[in-house]
Amino acid sequence: MSGKTLYDKLWDAHVVDTDGNGTSLLYIDRHLVHEVTSPQAFEGLRLAGRKPWRVDANLAVPDHNVPTTDRSRGVSDPISRAQLEALDRNCREFGIREFAMNDVRQGIVHIIGPEQGATLPGMTVVCGDSHTPTNGALGALAFGIGTSEVEHVLATQCLVLKKSKNMRVYVDGHVAPGITAKDIVLAIIGEIGTAGGTGYTIEFAGEAIRNLSMEGRMTVCNMAIEAGARSGIIAVDERTIDYVRGRPMAPGGELWDGAVEAWRDLHSDPDAAFDREVHIDAGAIAPQVTWGTSPGMVLPVDAAVPDPQQESDPVRASGMRRALEYMDLAPGTPLMDIRIDKVFIGSCTNARIEDLRAAAQQVRGRRVADSVRLAMVVPGSGLVKKQAEDEGLDRVFLEAGFEWREPGCSMCLAMNADRLEPGERCASTSNRNFEGRQGQGGRTHLVSPAMAAAAAVHGHFVDIRQTAGAA
Amino acid sequence: MEPFIRHKGLLAPIDRPNVDTDAIIPKQYLKSIKRTGFGPNLFDDWRYLDPGGLDIDNATRRRNPDFVLNQPRYQGASILLARENFGCGSSREHAVWALHDAGFRAVIAPSYADIFYSNCFKNGLLPVTLDATEVDRLFREVEATPGYELEVDLEARTVTTPDGAVLRFDIDDFRRETLLKGLDDIGLTLEKQDRIRAYEQRRRREAPWLFADTARGAG
Ligand code: SF4
Repeated sequence: MSGKTLYDKLWDAHVVDTDGNGTSLLYIDRHLVHEVTSPQAFEGLRLAGRKPWRVDANLAVPDHNVPTTDRSRGVSDPISRAQLEALDRNCREFGIREFAMNDVRQGIVHIIGPEQGATLPGMTVVCGDSHTPTNGALGALAFGIGTSEVEHVLATQCLVLKKSKNMRVYVDGHVAPGITAKDIVLAIIGEIGTAGGTGYTIEFAGEAIRNLSMEGRMTVCNMAIEAGARSGIIAVDERTIDYVRGRPMAPGGELWDGAVEAWRDLHSDPDAAFDREVHIDAGAIAPQVTWGTSPGMVLPVDAAVPDPQQESDPVRASGMRRALEYMDLAPGTPLMDIRIDKVFIGSCTNARIEDLRAAAQQVRGRRVADSVRLAMVVPGSGLVKKQAEDEGLDRVFLEAGFEWREPGCSMCLAMNADRLEPGERCASTSNRNFEGRQGQGGRTHLVSPAMAAAAAVHGHFVDIRQTAGAA
Repeated sequence: MEPFIRHKGLLAPIDRPNVDTDAIIPKQYLKSIKRTGFGPNLFDDWRYLDPGGLDIDNATRRRNPDFVLNQPRYQGASILLARENFGCGSSREHAVWALHDAGFRAVIAPSYADIFYSNCFKNGLLPVTLDATEVDRLFREVEATPGYELEVDLEARTVTTPDGAVLRFDIDDFRRETLLKGLDDIGLTLEKQDRIRAYEQRRRREAPWLFADTARGAG
């Protein structure tokens, strides 16, 4: 018999019950909650007269709607305010722990889980949000769920699921200087496609993944959903254990020792079988820039906008044509000639401390180009913001002409006041370049923090391997 | 939940791959704390020429005459025909609520994103998976034939075209069963509460750190 994959191990440990046709009842250890996908779930509980099954498994934080400017006067948009107040009210009513908007621990939900030690290796972690796999970087089985499932988890601490298939993406070798986790994951999506991971849990492995910091691993797992996979995971190693040690909600004392012993088994067995394996050569990865309206529409920065006429599949060709029209780009245009209007450094993909450091390195002693209307940095959490300020990064950004904001989702999805105007073009460190994602009619190019920062300085995309500061 | 057994209705085509849930229902409507009322804003950025929001009356907005669902021949459509990877992106169940609220009872596509697919079953919306050549054929026929209706039968797992052709589809037994009967998922799970408790007791012994209380480190 062959060994187990990491996903098999995590799955098997959480099965409460199985029925004859391959459906299992899976136990959920941690449930993270935000204001957008939870109100209808709490309402459902109330209507059915149900209570949360295990209150202490839940942690809530507002992030999507919160303003990123001065919060001392509250939230001016009445509709956003009502949704934020609904979360406060629901948490109070059901006794759920919440880091409220003005708490220094508030931030984007996927950043808060690992930062607080609320997410631990070996856990099942869910949230009504598709970027929940971010937590999988810690060796947890983490996935996004819909609002009905949020209600299901609240009421039963379980979900009814079918096991997915196993895929392993190996990123072999070393990346070139200046190449980050974001470039790795965009290159993976470019390779396997936005539906390539549908029906799978992806384990990211290989030397280039092992060599990533925990922050970098979170960036990679964060975008598993952009490859269609509901979940992405990375095996536990010493780096994982060091990261978790001492976090506010992490175990201490004897409990810690027992936990670490168990966590050391959280990797795929050498003889484990995968339904699909993909190999990517890390050394061949260049800085990535998306040119279209799907994260799979991505190319190396030194490439040119592709030509739909070269595409043989008619459905794909028409998708490309539509994307180019929306993005207002002509085939053959070098990506480095694309001029940008706004720069957004933030989101659950790239708003951790190392992201802000990489961006700061590109702008130190420089100025945002005159043609760039707005360049903003939105830290992922209050604690990331504080740390960055302790390191003086806020000064670096402010002196260069960036805005330095309060933590939240911000212009990743433009639910608050931060958004693109129709026709505006943005270099963004977020994860989705869908039509209208950052504001109706807005045009998004996904890049790494260093690439976004360098684009802010130059007013167009540049190859950071060739500009100073790429060290 | 509302059951789905069989349904006959007008088909409307959305001919593009990778339709994401941001396109199905844009972010500004996610501020609603209700499950209903999303129908008029289904595909909002495509449907209207001017911006909308929860505080804007849709009746005052300019409709995009080129958008397929605005065309008179597709008024009253209740089955949506789509391309591969339909419903990708955000987990927002609002996308399913919007489709349902706009009168859709079934979607037909060659493939779906996982989260969207499972959200459908929680709301009585049937996602039918047919292979790409069959979907192609339906696109051709619906575009050529005004008033093109399909009959979708979950019990028989078939889609029947107006000329009597029967297309079969696969679907998971458990999901089919819950949808046919309109069962309450949570109620079903709670019938197993003794097992959930027994599981918790065992895990509390074996792996107590998993039960870390979020109130810890609360300060
Ligand atoms: S930062 Fe963007 S992708 Fe991440 S949770 Fe917020 S809205 Fe979603």
